[in-house]
Amino acid sequence: MGKKDLEKQDIGKTILEELTGGEPKEKRQKRGIWKILQIPALAILTGLIIGAVLIMATSFDVYDAFKVSLWKGLGTAFAEVGEAYLALITGSLGNPVEIVQALLYGDALDFRNAINPILESLVQSTPYIFAGLACALGFRAGLFNIGVEGQLFIGAAAATFVGYSLTGLPPYIHMPLAFLAGALGGALWGMVPGLLKATTGGHEVINCIMMNYIAYRFTTFLLTGPMSRPGTGGMPVSPIIEKSAQIPQFFKTPIRFHLGFFIALAFAALVWWVLFKTTLGLNLRTVGTNPRAAKYAGMNIIATTIIGMAASGALAGMAGANEVLAVNRSMAIGLSAGYGFDSIALALLGNSHPVGVIFAALLFGVLKNGATKMMVVSTIPIDIVTILQAVILIFVAAPAIIRSVYRLKQPKVEAAAIMLSGWGGVK
Amino acid sequence: MAPILQLKGITKQFPGVLANDHIDLTLNQGEILALLGENGAGKTTLMNILYGLYQPDEGEILVNGEKITIHSPTDAINAGIGMVHQHFMLIPVFTVTENVMLGSEPVKAGDFLDRPKTAAKIMEISSQYKLEVDPNDYVKDLPVGVQQRVEIIKLLYREANILIFDEPTAVLTPQEADDLFVIMRSLVKQGKSIIFITHKLREVLDVADRIMVIRRGAVVGEADPKQANRNKLAEMMVGREVNLVVEKDIKKPGDVILSIKDLVVTDQFKQVMVDKVSFEVHAGQILGIAGVQGNGQTELVEAITGLRKSVSGEIKFKGQSILNEPPRKITELGSAHVPEDRQADGLVLPFPVAENLVLCTYYKEPFSRGVVLQYEKILENSEKLVQDFDIRTPSSLTTVGSLSGGNQQKVIIARELSRPIELLVASQPTRGLDVGSIEYIHKRIVQKRDEGCAVLLVSPELDEVIELSDRIAVMYRGKIIALLEAEEVAKETLGLLMAGIVPDKIEKPQGQRVVETTF
Ligand SMILES: Nc1ncnc2c1ncn2[C@@H]1O[C@H](COP(=O)(O)OP(=O)(O)OP(=O)(O)O)[C@@H](O)[C@H]1O
Ligand SMILES: [Mg+2]
Repeated sequence: MGKKDLEKQDIGKTILEELTGGEPKEKRQKRGIWKILQIPALAILTGLIIGAVLIMATSFDVYDAFKVSLWKGLGTAFAEVGEAYLALITGSLGNPVEIVQALLYGDALDFRNAINPILESLVQSTPYIFAGLACALGFRAGLFNIGVEGQLFIGAAAATFVGYSLTGLPPYIHMPLAFLAGALGGALWGMVPGLLKATTGGHEVINCIMMNYIAYRFTTFLLTGPMSRPGTGGMPVSPIIEKSAQIPQFFKTPIRFHLGFFIALAFAALVWWVLFKTTLGLNLRTVGTNPRAAKYAGMNIIATTIIGMAASGALAGMAGANEVLAVNRSMAIGLSAGYGFDSIALALLGNSHPVGVIFAALLFGVLKNGATKMMVVSTIPIDIVTILQAVILIFVAAPAIIRSVYRLKQPKVEAAAIMLSGWGGVK
Repeated sequence: MAPILQLKGITKQFPGVLANDHIDLTLNQGEILALLGENGAGKTTLMNILYGLYQPDEGEILVNGEKITIHSPTDAINAGIGMVHQHFMLIPVFTVTENVMLGSEPVKAGDFLDRPKTAAKIMEISSQYKLEVDPNDYVKDLPVGVQQRVEIIKLLYREANILIFDEPTAVLTPQEADDLFVIMRSLVKQGKSIIFITHKLREVLDVADRIMVIRRGAVVGEADPKQANRNKLAEMMVGREVNLVVEKDIKKPGDVILSIKDLVVTDQFKQVMVDKVSFEVHAGQILGIAGVQGNGQTELVEAITGLRKSVSGEIKFKGQSILNEPPRKITELGSAHVPEDRQADGLVLPFPVAENLVLCTYYKEPFSRGVVLQYEKILENSEKLVQDFDIRTPSSLTTVGSLSGGNQQKVIIARELSRPIELLVASQPTRGLDVGSIEYIHKRIVQKRDEGCAVLLVSPELDEVIELSDRIAVMYRGKIIALLEAEEVAKETLGLLMAGIVPDKIEKPQGQRVVETTF
């Protein structure tokens, strides 16, 4: 262990140190805000530049324009990129002109519409927060929960079922009940690989992947069979969730901003509290960092492993519950946009710290929301955006690349040497 | 002629600590320079700078009178500087040859690795410097001492002229240490130059040509081993007089606290490591287990502390069976354990000092209420223990991994000795500590014994066992082959017993025994 943790250098870790005070104050103060943000900012910039090249290279209009003349070609190329990126930004963060105008002249409705892009980005970030937290918690406990996707499906199914099958309950009971059912579903699904690991030593990665397959098929079965919506002719869609179980949206359609975002933030706070302020958290972190020391300290490694996987699964289940209860209001097979797998990247980006995860999730949400708009406005295929996202991610996750491209000084070459200053391990 | 190596005004600041404060150092060709200093004095930091792992804030490095900059270990190796790390950087499943050639592999026609060539060179180096190894052995099959030789060969293979040894003897048995000194001598005789770091003053006096002492990051002076003695060196290091002899009254032992009967423990390959062992430890008694490392001590201790399952036999703590009970239960009955491998078992390196200091008690009042950790209390406790045990750390929030080796050990000692206990199981409790700290920890162990705690001490340092123990058990090949009153046995006899030779008559020490101290 040790070594890897120490060498990890990313935004999440930096933020983590800033916020939790993992190091003496003097050092914290010395590092400015720019230091924290320079890597992600430059990573995004680099990603955008590479994306621009891709946009130019994949557009037929650009090729056609080049046939006319070099200048026309270049002009078209930059115009296309400009248009696309403008769409990306206004689509995800809103159009500043519109916002100002709405503020000055418009009514409340205009204003809401003007800031809707930001709100929509938050909506898109919400499942990422839950799923990222699930993975982060797992990582802290030394568990590689690659089964978030499956747990998310089971959680969504459980929440949906409670959501439509119970009727006549008041919202303050029905909604939490459905949400908890989702958490429980995810927890159970996550617990299975946890149990297998703790009792038989079976590796959780393999078992999680298997559980994912079972989850896909099982939910397909549910949606086409016991949970299918009557009158859709066998379409894999569930009945609509009762109003009392829906997580409320704050504004009228088309604004989808909902309470789930704040629930996600609350759970991020809860995860932070549990991990860093409770005995259970110390158990989880110790087992995750140095299992031998955990054993020495008398911690119950078996129980901790099972609890870790179950808690991680519960958070994954919440991601699913959130999507069906707050956004879709029913469950369909195309429920997840790969949240489960992106969550691994999110957790790594956020250094498995809840605060880092929130920031990473916001980045993902913004990109995804902006991408949709970009696709609508310009003719750029969404695949380019996926590539863009991936490129940014690679750069954020591998700060060494950014550092060498922009000739930044390595802040902590020292880290690698720490292991040499201590000693004691024979063999 | 310019000295082979000169450091001028090397300064290195870590958050909260000035690890090196304008250090000047000169190393002449063909000499062994011993670097002495307390735990956390900055020795390892200085060597890491020389080896390119840290960059100095100030100062310069001259090799053969020429100023050079070292940005990485590769630069250091190119400048002829090599370092033997405390954690060996060897790949266990590779052979000696493969390990040595790793990183500078010679190839022969068709891009195949030229193993025979390397093996031949290893043999050449090995005979030139008396470094006996078989190039075809797998590293994992070699004892620690021989692994260290492989590390040295790696450096010589890369033609290093300046060799750095950072506490090389901390992981060696006394016999292996003696072998190492012979090697070191033969190295300098053939023109190599050595910087040697150790906490054992006797080793310094035996092997060094010159001694340099640093304290709190700064050079405090030099000494000539021909004129210095251990007391003087200890005083230079610590800045005060150190009592090198443990003061301890004869005490009548109390009730049986730990009793072990016919205990059998196996290792992970099901090989019997503890073979029908029986003994008792009484309240107010220190039982020392002497023996060359690897004779079952590790497994014995792990069985007693619940870290390893026993096959058969009986372990009773205060009359209650603790055989195969979980570690927490044994701890809660009032036992403490200073583990042999501190980094692997005793500490969570990326965690702060404060959390490591409550690793065994965090779930109890006052450190937690219900499930909520009480960080104010945890920090308070840490501040106090840092003070009491003189742990050199910038703060309680510093990660344990960034403390010096000796201070990491003090964290464990502080944690284990600061709670009310009736049994202390201590494996090599002073490994890697400086004389001042050893004095202090020995005092604390004796104090625990005087308070009525039963102490099981395991140490490959014969001197430490003799000094501290009331009774001594000698372990050989998994059996206790002798159980003696400490007063009644001569050191030579113990030495023989440790080698498995049982003399006809246990020789008593002649007259007043002169206790040789550990350091
Ligand atoms: N990477 C690091 N980050 C922060 N502080 C460090 C780091 N490495 C060393 N230190 C601090 O610098 C000081 C000197 O440490 P160093 O390891 O050089 O001591 P040492 O003389 O080798 O001690 P020992 O004999 O215990 O090994 C210590 O206070 C230590 O806590
Ligand atoms: Mg050191």
